[in-house]
Amino acid sequence: MRKELRGVYSIWLREIIKFYRERIHFASAMTTPFLWLIIFGGGMGINLRTGVITSGYNVFIFPGIVGMTLLFTSMRSGISVIWDREFGFLKEILVSPISRTSIVIGKALGGATNALLQGTLLLLLSFIVGVHISPLNMIRIIPIMLLISLGFDCFGLFIASIMDSFEGFQTIMSFIIMPTFFLSGALFPLKNAPGWLQTLSALNPMTYGVDAIRGIIIDQSQYSLNFDLLVLLVFSSFMLFITSWIFNIKK
Amino acid sequence: MYAIETTNLTKKYKTLTAVNNLNIKVEKGKIFGLLGPNGAGKSTILSMLCTIVNPTSGSATVNGYDIIKDSAKVRQSIGIVFQSISVDDRLTARENLRFHAMLYDVPSKIMGGRIKEVLQLVGLTDRADSLVRTFSGGMVRRLEMARGLLHNPEILFLDEPTIGLDPQTREHIWDYIRTLAEKEKLTIIMTTHYMDEADLLCNDIAIIDQGVIKIRDTPEHLKGFLAGDNIIVRTKFPDQLATGLFGQDYILQMQASQGTLSLNVKQGSMNAVRIINSAQDLHIVVDSIDIEEPTLHDVFLHHTGRQIREEGDDNFISMYKRKRRGR
Repeated sequence: MRKELRGVYSIWLREIIKFYRERIHFASAMTTPFLWLIIFGGGMGINLRTGVITSGYNVFIFPGIVGMTLLFTSMRSGISVIWDREFGFLKEILVSPISRTSIVIGKALGGATNALLQGTLLLLLSFIVGVHISPLNMIRIIPIMLLISLGFDCFGLFIASIMDSFEGFQTIMSFIIMPTFFLSGALFPLKNAPGWLQTLSALNPMTYGVDAIRGIIIDQSQYSLNFDLLVLLVFSSFMLFITSWIFNIKK
Repeated sequence: MYAIETTNLTKKYKTLTAVNNLNIKVEKGKIFGLLGPNGAGKSTILSMLCTIVNPTSGSATVNGYDIIKDSAKVRQSIGIVFQSISVDDRLTARENLRFHAMLYDVPSKIMGGRIKEVLQLVGLTDRADSLVRTFSGGMVRRLEMARGLLHNPEILFLDEPTIGLDPQTREHIWDYIRTLAEKEKLTIIMTTHYMDEADLLCNDIAIIDQGVIKIRDTPEHLKGFLAGDNIIVRTKFPDQLATGLFGQDYILQMQASQGTLSLNVKQGSMNAVRIINSAQDLHIVVDSIDIEEPTLHDVFLHHTGRQIREEGDDNFISMYKRKRRGR
């Protein structure tokens, strides 16, 4: 067990070292959420006068944009498996004595750390777009962000392990990422949405992540916080399980 | 106990039988070479022994551990240098080694010292903190060998250790392999399709073709097994000389062509004199005479009925560079 934990740690550490060496990517990744918040949120908000959003549109979409950032970063971190495979390094990891499950956990934690840093930075900069979050609430949001990240990290790793090219991975990613984002209630309340859209959104684990964060920040939520957490926990565990399983298959 | 012991080890891919009922035992402390053309099944055997691939049937033990039931123990007790590059070129040499040490649970206390030791062994001490992407192909190979040794394995697997390297670098790598075998008291299992490499490094060779071992012995015995030496006589009248020599009991084979007569004879160095004497008796001027002892190439040809294929010998460095550019 100690050996496995050390293995998880070493895989995580490698992701962090590489991530640190490419910190310029971090800065560029942070521009997307601000484009959404400032340009989309600013431009759209003025024109929206609906009784459902009582908090101001900027504030309303903020949790959605946090969720989007976590989603994009986590899912894309799966690409590291394709890099590692392409450059042969995956073999070094796969022939080591540690279990495949530890490999998946280490990789997922590496991606989650990256996503979590982006999410936290976003929370800290929320005052720029007029959102006020108390320090206590920030701390409450972090475990939710971690669950979201881990779940989608494993999802990204799962896709990466069944795809054998960058192109394939990117194609599948855009098929999954955008619907997941749009169907999560990130940009509009689901309450008044058509029935089919509500059904699809209810099947989307991201919905519960956005709902939980929104509940904490502006006290508007569709489900109870406990229910949101339960769904996220089940989702993350399930993704970890099937991703470990697919990593365990030997050719 | 043997370092490696296989029992009817077989691997089938759909219609292709890559390895067919392999039974080998390798003693500890040997440098064992699997020699064969590309696609002969060498890498598949290695992959099974390293527990990367499961056999279709049969079994094997590595250091006494079963490759299916005790794969974690097998992995802990072996070091592997893959045919293609498997270091992270965006980390430094030391970081690559540290990562490996942690994965193989080398105790933190001895980790630093051991890393220093293996770096020294492969002569990379002064480049320890450079990013691997600045390394040459030979340096990458040496780093990979250092990494394979880091956790004190009992067996080191080398899959085509010098493929695609330039001749000078290859000789360096050979020196390092010999040093490692001596200093670290290792069993080395290597695959190669280079005859000279197998001849120089290995003290136990199995020639493999189409998933089956054709013959196995020391390089000296393998070469001694071939009856004759090759003699090439250059003269203006090869046909006349051939007629004159016809029927001599030491000649096994003879072929005349434009300006040369190629012979396969018993005890070449002794009988070359007799050939020259016969030529003088026939008043045929001999321009030159070459005696060649058989090489592993001839051994291979003899046992498989064909030349070892050299094509498809992908230059792994150029492949690597090409890939790296796209990054």
